Formats: sequence, structure tokens, C-alpha cells
Amino acid sequence: MKHPGINLGPHHGTAHDQAEKVVFGFWVFLMSDLIIFGLMFATYVTMTNPVGMAGGPGPKHVFDLASVFAQTMILLTSSLTFGMASLAIRHEQGRNIISIWLYVTLALGLTFLVFEARDFTSMVGLGAVPSRSGYLSAFFGLVPLHGLHVMAGCLWIMVMILQIRAFGMIPLVKTRLLRLGLFWHFLDLVWIGIFTIVYLGGIGT
Amino acid sequence: MTSDQNYNWFFGRLDLSSLSIWQAIQNPTTSELIAAGAAMIVILGAIGAIALITWLRAWRTLWTEWLTSTDHKRIGIMYCVLALVMMARGVIEGVLMRTQQAFGLHGGFLTPDHFAELFTTHGTIMIFFVAVPFIAGIINYVMPLQIGARDMSFPVMNQVSLGLTATGAALVMISLVLGQFSTGSWAAYPPYTGKVFNPGTGPDYWIWSVAIAGIGTTLSGINFAVTIFKERAPGMSLFKMPVFCWTVLCTAVIMIFAMPPLTVATMMLAADRYLDFHFFTNDLGGNMMNYVNLFWLFGHPEVYLLVLPTYGIFSETIATFSGKRLYGYTSLVYATMAISVLSFTVWLHHFFTMGQSANVNIAFGIASMCIAIPTGVKVYNWVATLFRGRTRLTVPMIYATGFFYLFVIGGLTGVMLANPTISYQVHNTLFLVAHFHNVLIPGVLFGLLSGYHYWFPKAFGFRLHEGWGWASAVLWILGFSFTFFPLYVLGFMGMPRRSANYSDPAFEPVMFVALFGATLVLAALASLCVQLVVSIRDRKRLAVPLGDPWNGRTLEWAMPSPPPHYNFAVLPYVHERDEFGDAKATGRAYCEPEEYEDIELPNNTPIGMIICAAATLLGLALIFYIWWLAVLAAVSMIVTFIARTFDLETTHLIPASEIAAEHKAWLARVRAASPITRDAETKPENEGLAVLERPDLMAAPK
Amino acid sequence: MSDLDYLDDRNYWREVRHYLIGFGLALALTLIPFAIIYWKMLAFKPALTVIGLCALLQMVVHLRFFLHIDLSRQKREDLQLILFSVLLLAIMALGTIWIIGNLGMRM
Repeated sequence: MKHPGINLGPHHGTAHDQAEKVVFGFWVFLMSDLIIFGLMFATYVTMTNPVGMAGGPGPKHVFDLASVFAQTMILLTSSLTFGMASLAIRHEQGRNIISIWLYVTLALGLTFLVFEARDFTSMVGLGAVPSRSGYLSAFFGLVPLHGLHVMAGCLWIMVMILQIRAFGMIPLVKTRLLRLGLFWHFLDLVWIGIFTIVYLGGIGT
Repeated sequence: MTSDQNYNWFFGRLDLSSLSIWQAIQNPTTSELIAAGAAMIVILGAIGAIALITWLRAWRTLWTEWLTSTDHKRIGIMYCVLALVMMARGVIEGVLMRTQQAFGLHGGFLTPDHFAELFTTHGTIMIFFVAVPFIAGIINYVMPLQIGARDMSFPVMNQVSLGLTATGAALVMISLVLGQFSTGSWAAYPPYTGKVFNPGTGPDYWIWSVAIAGIGTTLSGINFAVTIFKERAPGMSLFKMPVFCWTVLCTAVIMIFAMPPLTVATMMLAADRYLDFHFFTNDLGGNMMNYVNLFWLFGHPEVYLLVLPTYGIFSETIATFSGKRLYGYTSLVYATMAISVLSFTVWLHHFFTMGQSANVNIAFGIASMCIAIPTGVKVYNWVATLFRGRTRLTVPMIYATGFFYLFVIGGLTGVMLANPTISYQVHNTLFLVAHFHNVLIPGVLFGLLSGYHYWFPKAFGFRLHEGWGWASAVLWILGFSFTFFPLYVLGFMGMPRRSANYSDPAFEPVMFVALFGATLVLAALASLCVQLVVSIRDRKRLAVPLGDPWNGRTLEWAMPSPPPHYNFAVLPYVHERDEFGDAKATGRAYCEPEEYEDIELPNNTPIGMIICAAATLLGLALIFYIWWLAVLAAVSMIVTFIARTFDLETTHLIPASEIAAEHKAWLARVRAASPITRDAETKPENEGLAVLERPDLMAAPK
Repeated sequence: MSDLDYLDDRNYWREVRHYLIGFGLALALTLIPFAIIYWKMLAFKPALTVIGLCALLQMVVHLRFFLHIDLSRQKREDLQLILFSVLLLAIMALGTIWIIGNLGMRM
């Protein structure tokens, strides 16, 4: 294997050779993104106490576990469906099948965002806004940052669907999809941290 | 959202009073007039540059050969140009502050606010817009050549990095004309830089210039790391790489992992200022101490980011000007790796006095002292390299000598500061200011200037004037010493840093010594300028087109000066460490390759410039609350990026015949030329071809 | 190759199974923590430990089954990069929590 994520295999020729460099580079970028999230997590943890909450709404008052559970299931499933898309690329199942898996992943990603937007709206309705306390600032710094990444991922999927239609499965399109795959799985990894530390940890306190 | 004031939707909070020149007309104090003068220099400088380029009819060349180039060599030179221009401003600001403090007993001529803006821009410029770009420039130019590659792994991303760095510098320069830069120091601690105490443009200018440039640096780090891992010439294992490339790799690691904390800290501060968040506010659960923690999580590794490449440059120049291979290659590599990792474990020493318990301080104090050990290993290795070598006292070696004495002293004061008990006494005094200038100037600046002198002939085909180089180096050494050793004294006498004035008359004579030093520094800067002008004027006499003026050992010297666009006609196979040195010693150098192949190179692209322009507009829009422009600029960057990905024709082919012709012509000139001994190294006879003087020292060990 | 040839490809189904196993493990490692918290099955500290462990395990599952990073010889470089990044992240995040916690205790 030459790089993280699914490897295309030598029968993909140029794409397989090119992938080594570009996927490694993207992986390195994800490591820097990991540090950003890690520090947002650390800040969140340091604010999860009475001083940080400053008498304002805390996790128990504003978190909707059912919604979080739904978001977790949706994102995990989307990782599986992207995996299926990756396999379709590797086994050269043709642009239609690949596109279908991408559409499904996109739909799941957008649904995730809808659930998350509803969560944030209801929090705002309860007065749980970032300007209320340091704790809520830390929450709204971390979780929407992840949401923004998911939005970027959805935009990327849309662009890739267009590029598959415009160019077919040329090596450049394949290596871009490999990188998108890495990104998408990375987002689910970060979400594991979020639902564990922020939501479950917050409610369990 | 940001304040109760109603701003004009089109102009945001930009109005006539934002112009420093208008402010000076309204209120012509000395401070205001100096500020207006600086603004005039920026405006006239910009007009002058445009006029000069127009008069030389160079717009087309500038665009096609430089601004849209993806060639690492061009990008490297542009980085260095940016750095040198910003260095002029940084030095002048330093001299201005020295002057103010010399007269500070009687109040001086600058308001405390203006002084605060000066020390803020001085620090911000020197770190982010002089040191980092200069380093990025030299790495960009040299590293691919040393590893036997044709370019960086990601040439377009390289160009974007340059653009984003230029954006940051542009914002700092524009701040002289429009609005006002921060007065909160280069570290910008809240709550002073929060919106309650500083609702104006200052901290916003700082945030956006530093954050945008920081993204550029992160991308560069990724580029450097991937290039070193994936683009090395066949046969070049990691342990056959030149030591400079090892330091680049470790620097890249720092760039990748240490810039994110800065992004986090600045964006959290921005959220506090723009969106009423409470990360660092006094009230409602904010914790400003976390800012200090996050900033220095970035800030400490950052200074190692600055010094590791210069350690690498000294490794190269000391070995070359001793005519010997570097002593202790393996220990140098491991020491570099150790410094790189350890640099992430010591950040708390910047805030020993913030209030955490002694146990916490002790842990970080011990870690800080440990970093001195690998550095010491490196110093011993460099000194051992000089032993029994064919040493010459050229300009880079003068800088190296200054480095040996002065940097070690600075490092020792660092070990003193690593002790929390001592730190409590001298924290935020001039002792600290003296320490960090003592490591930055002899460590970073001297390394950069010797690298500039060493690799200039490779980039431009002619050497820099040696005499003016000597003058500059000596003036830098004396200037630094006279300016900063008095500050150690003043620190012990109790003078706090960042003070525009003071009341203890005992400080005054010491201040005047420091002012004398500052004039020497100004003279050093002037000598550098004169050196460049004289060198360009005398370039025929200083020409070294054959490529190897210093009898170098690494691959960059095995090609003409300046190198062709594609670097190597045929990628070399690397057998040994110091491959070119060994090739010369064993008669393998300057051989005709068996066959030539077409070379595929990336096309020019305006992406870097578009991103730079858009990012500058974005920064200004955010600073002045011009929201429509901010949205437009951000969207245009995204659209540009996506549009670019639909472009499939991004490379062109250089035919083998053209490469063969150029290469054969160069080899013919090499055969026809007279090689020189090291005695003639700085004389006009040096065409860039070396006599084999000490094959025992040049060949790889068996 | 026709669009439907993959159905006969034994390799393909082996790889699909690989992803499904990963999905199954991740699902289990998600359901357990949610159950523990929702039905308050444990006291605070033990609950936190268990859900923390489940999270770490699930991350490993993702890395192994979705990102194909394991201990075999060829993949060492990428594993080394992750471990190095995690080391630095741990120093930074745990250091932050230690320092800020210590400061909070003294205020």
C-alpha cells in the first residue's frame, strides 16, 4: 500500500502513481486540521465548569440526545456509503454506480446539517447563545466548526459529481475522490470526539 | 453586532479620520507627523515602484516571468525580496524606538500609544514578514536543488502560500495609511486586545494579517514535507540528504503542527471581537489565560521554526568554507529532530509568572533547559568541522564566527530564563528583550544573511561584492553587540520592556550606548543595500556562470548559474552523502548524460495573485466592517479555487532536444574554462569552476 | 468490463465485508456509550471512562476498516505519522487542560 485510505491498485496506472504524493500531502493537511480541532476540544474542556458557564444554560438544559443520536447514525452511515463509493472506484464499476453512492453520501451529509441546524436554532431559542458565556462560546466554536467542515465536504461532493459527468473517471478525478474520502472519514472521526466529549460527557455530568 | 455605532453600509467604518495623513493635519504633534511621514513613504514608494516598472517597460515580464510563475526558484526569490523590503521597515522602527528611549528620561518625542504601535509592528513584521518569508524563500530556492528534484510537490500551492504571506505584509503596510495597527504587542494578549479596551482597527489588523499569513506558512510546511519525502532523486535515502534538508524537514514539521494553535488563538480572538463570544473576556466565563497558553503553544515552536533552517544554513556554509565534510552528520540529524520535538514541550516558559503552581513551572523549566543539549551538540559539530579544514574567512564565515560567540551567549541567557526563579525577576524586563534579540540576530539573521551571500551567485550568476559584505557583517556584529548588551544591564537594573519613557536617570547613559549600536545597525543595513547596487553594477566582473564558485559539495552547485527552469537536465543518481563533492573527487563530475528526455513542467497561473488580491480585500473589508466586500472577496476565492480544478491543461513539455542543447553548451563552457583554487575564490578569475585541491577532504569516506 | 461484472468478483465482496464489519463494530461502539448515558447505567467517573474507551476504540476501528491503516510493514509510514500527530496533540491538549486546570484551582 502506498498511502492511507483505499488504494486504487496498480491496474489504475497513472492514478495509482500520482495518488501516493497527493494523498500523502492531503493526509498531512488533515493532521494540521486535527490539531485545530484538538485545541478547540481542549478549550471546551477547560470551560466546562461553573466559572465557564457563568450561570448560563449548561449541557443538561440544551442538548437533545435523540437528535445527536440521529446525527451520529447518519454520519456513520455516510462513512459506509462513501466506502462503497471508494470500492466502486477501485473496482471500476463505472461512473453511474460511483455517482449514486456519492449522491447517497451527499444526502446523508445534508440531512446531518439539517438536524444540526435545528439543534442550534432551538438552543438559541433557549437563550443558549455564545454571547451568554465562555462555555457556550467554546461549544459554538467547536461544533459549528465541524459543521462547516461537513458543509465544505458536501460542496466538494457536488463538485466531484459534476467533474465525473464532465471528464469521466480520469486519473485526476480518481485522486481527488481519494482525498475526499480521507476528508469524509476524518469528519466522522472528529464527530466521535464531539458526541463523546461534548454531548455524552456533558449530559453525563 | 460589533458595536452600537451605525456604520455606513458601503464604507463600513472607513472614513476621512481613518487616514493618518488627515489625523496629522488635524493634530500636528511630532508623533502624528512621524506617522504621516511613514504613510507618505508607503504611498510614494508604491507610486515610485509603479513608475519604475512602467519606465523599464517591465510589466509584461513581471507578470509572465515572476508573478504567475510556479517555479520554486522564482517564488523563492520573491519571498526573499519581500523579506528584505520589510526588513528595512523593521530596522527603521527599531532605530526609532532606540532613539525614543535614549531621550525617554525627559519624555522623548513619541506618545506612548505611538511607541506601542511601533513595538507591535516591529515584532510582528520581523517575525512574520521578515524571518518567515526569508526562510521560506531560501528553502524554496535551495531545497529542491539539493534533493535533486525539479520542483516542489505542489507548485501552485507554493504560489498561493507566497500570495497569502504577501497579503499579510500588505495589510501591515496599508495600516500606515488607513486606520491604525494594533498597540497590543506582537502577541496581542486580550483583554487589552478585546473589543472592550480596543474597539478600533488595531487588533483586527493584527488578527487578519497574522492569521492569513499563517495559513500560507502551514501550506508551505505541507509542501516542504511532502517534497522531501516524495521527490528526492533516485539513490538519495534520507540519511544521504544534506543537513540543510534535514533542518527543512524538521522545520516543516513545526510549520504543520505549530501554526494551527495560532489559527485557533487568532480566530477565537476574532470571534470575541466580531461575534461577541466570551473566549477571553473579563466577564461571563472568559479565560484570557487560555489565550496566553494557546499563543505560546504556537509561539515557542515558531522560534525554532526560525532557527532550525539557519542552523542548516550554517551547516552548509561552515562545511563548504572549511573545504571538508560536516563533522558528525548523524548526531546533527538526531539533534535537529530532538530540537523539533522538544520545542513543543516548553511553551509555558513564556508565562512562568501567570500564576500556575510551582510544580507546573518546574516541569516546563526542566524541559526548557533540556533543549540546550542538542543545540550544544550542534555547536560542537560545527566547530569540529573547522578543524584542519581548508578554511577561508569569507563573508559567510564572518557571520558564522559572530554566530559562535554571540549565539552561545544568547543561548546561555536562555538557560538562565528557563529557571522559573530567575524568570520571575527578569520577566518582561529588557533582559528578556536582550535575550531574544541575542538568539534571533546572531542565530536567525546572521544565518539568513550568510545564506543570502552564499546562494546569491547560484540564483543570479554573479557573486555579491565581498568588501561590502565584510562591512555589513562586521557592522551587524558590532551593531548588535552595542545595541543589545546594554539591554541586559538595563534589565538587571529593573527597566521594564515596552516602556516609552522612564524616570531613573541611571538608565540614560546605557540607553545612549544602545542608540550608538542602533546607528551601527542602520549602517549595516545601508551596507547591504550598497552591496547589492555595487554587485549589480559590477556583475560582469563578479560573474560565476559555471555554477560552482565556492567548491561546493551538494547538488545545487552541479548546474549552471542561474539554473535552467527545469533544474537538472537529467535527474542525478545519488551514490553518496555530499554527492557532488564526491563526484568531483572521483572524476565523475561534469559528465555528459547518455540520453535526454522531454521534461513536463507546470504552466504559469494567476491563481496566487488572485488569491493574494482577494485575501487583501477580505482582510481590509473585515477590518473596516465592509461586509459586502468581505463576502464578495471570500466567495471569489472559493469560486477561483473551484474553477481552477476544472482546468485540465496545466502542464507543458520541454523537448529533449532543447534540454540537450542547453546542457551541452554549459558542459562545453566548463571544459573551456580555467578552474581556480580557493585563493582566487573572491577574485574575478572565479568563473564558477573549482580545481580539485584536497581530494581526501572532498571524497566520501570509504 | 460491463457494469455488472463486479457481482462475480470475489475480491470486491471481500472488501465490502471488510467495510461492513467496520460499520458493525463502530455501530456497537456507538450504541454502548449512548445506552450508558441515556439509561444512566453507571456513575459519572466510570461512565466517562467507558465512553472514552469506546470512542478511542471506535477511532481505531475507523482507521483500520475505513482508512486501511494497520500494522503491516508497508503501511508503517502512515501509522508513524498518525502516532506522531497524536503525540503532539496529546502534549498540547493535555498540557492545556493541566495548565488551565491548575490555574483554575489556584484562583
